[in-house]
Amino acid sequence: MNRFLWPLVGFVVLVALLAVGLNLNPRDVPSPLIGKPAPAFSLARVDAPQQNFSPKDMLGKVWLLNVWSTWCVSCRQEHPVLVQMAKSGKVALVGLNYKEVRGDGAIDADKLAADAERQMALERANGWLKQHGNPYALSVLDLDGRVGIDYGVYGVPETYVIDKAGVIRLKHTGPLSLEAFSTTILPLVAELSK
Amino acid sequence: MKAWLLVVLLALASMTLHAREAAPLAQDEAVEQRLVEISSELRCLVCQNESLSGSHAELANDLRREIRTLIRDGKSDSEIMDFMVSRYGDFVRYRPPLKASTWLLWFGPALLLIGGIAALLIYLRRRNTAIDDSPLSADEQQHADRLLDRKDTQS
Repeated sequence: MNRFLWPLVGFVVLVALLAVGLNLNPRDVPSPLIGKPAPAFSLARVDAPQQNFSPKDMLGKVWLLNVWSTWCVSCRQEHPVLVQMAKSGKVALVGLNYKEVRGDGAIDADKLAADAERQMALERANGWLKQHGNPYALSVLDLDGRVGIDYGVYGVPETYVIDKAGVIRLKHTGPLSLEAFSTTILPLVAELSK
Repeated sequence: MKAWLLVVLLALASMTLHAREAAPLAQDEAVEQRLVEISSELRCLVCQNESLSGSHAELANDLRREIRTLIRDGKSDSEIMDFMVSRYGDFVRYRPPLKASTWLLWFGPALLLIGGIAALLIYLRRRNTAIDDSPLSADEQQHADRLLDRKDTQS
């Protein structure tokens, strides 16, 4: 009996480890930016391109920075949730429009002049927000994705929760669901807003 | 014959012309070489089993561009690593640093090996003591002979 017991125990342990390992999400890479000040930037607003927005404008408020793009498929899935959350007034959302033109594989951005690229990005972003609803207090234009790199963005959509002192408290990778809002985001925002 | 030689010479000459056209790349050869060295130590986060140097993902392109800029700015390899790790975490490094949370990762395989060898030694020792090599008693010998005899007659 003992002869078969140990291999069996080993097998069960192996199956358990594999079951846990296979159920982990490899896309869920912990961000080193949690607990660190949100990287500074100053980018043009999508709604008012002559004005710039910088994270320090939000000091004293708890807010969400949501990375989006019109070519991003998962953003379409996430968008109605964001619109609903914005309507509830429980969270302040700022959009980071990430590589609107360059990220779109269908467009050869190298052939575009800088002005033309900017113009195209503004048209696409504003058109999309008009069509699908605008949950954002404002969105900014990260044409070349440099700010995205500073925030460690590696897939759109991503969402950061930033506290009153401008410190990143949470990073959510992938589309947000109502469930994610109710279980993690909203409680965290409520706690940080105290 | 002379015309043939001329053709060959012209062909050779055009080859060197081509070589000259490629010169601008060679100028940055040192930068490119360092880029490859650094980026093959880094994971592409979009397609996680590819290194940053071998990936065609958009983000990998952008990150290679950033690293190229950092190299041109005269940053050291470790400064460039810090740039990447501070944004994307230790996960971007194919060789994670040695710290409390990675001890199991670094020493786990050695621990398993030592555990395995220990288990094997204990098993072998136990088996050695379990084998009874004292001679058979008279009774046992008789019993054994009887069994052997029976077997002989049967076969």
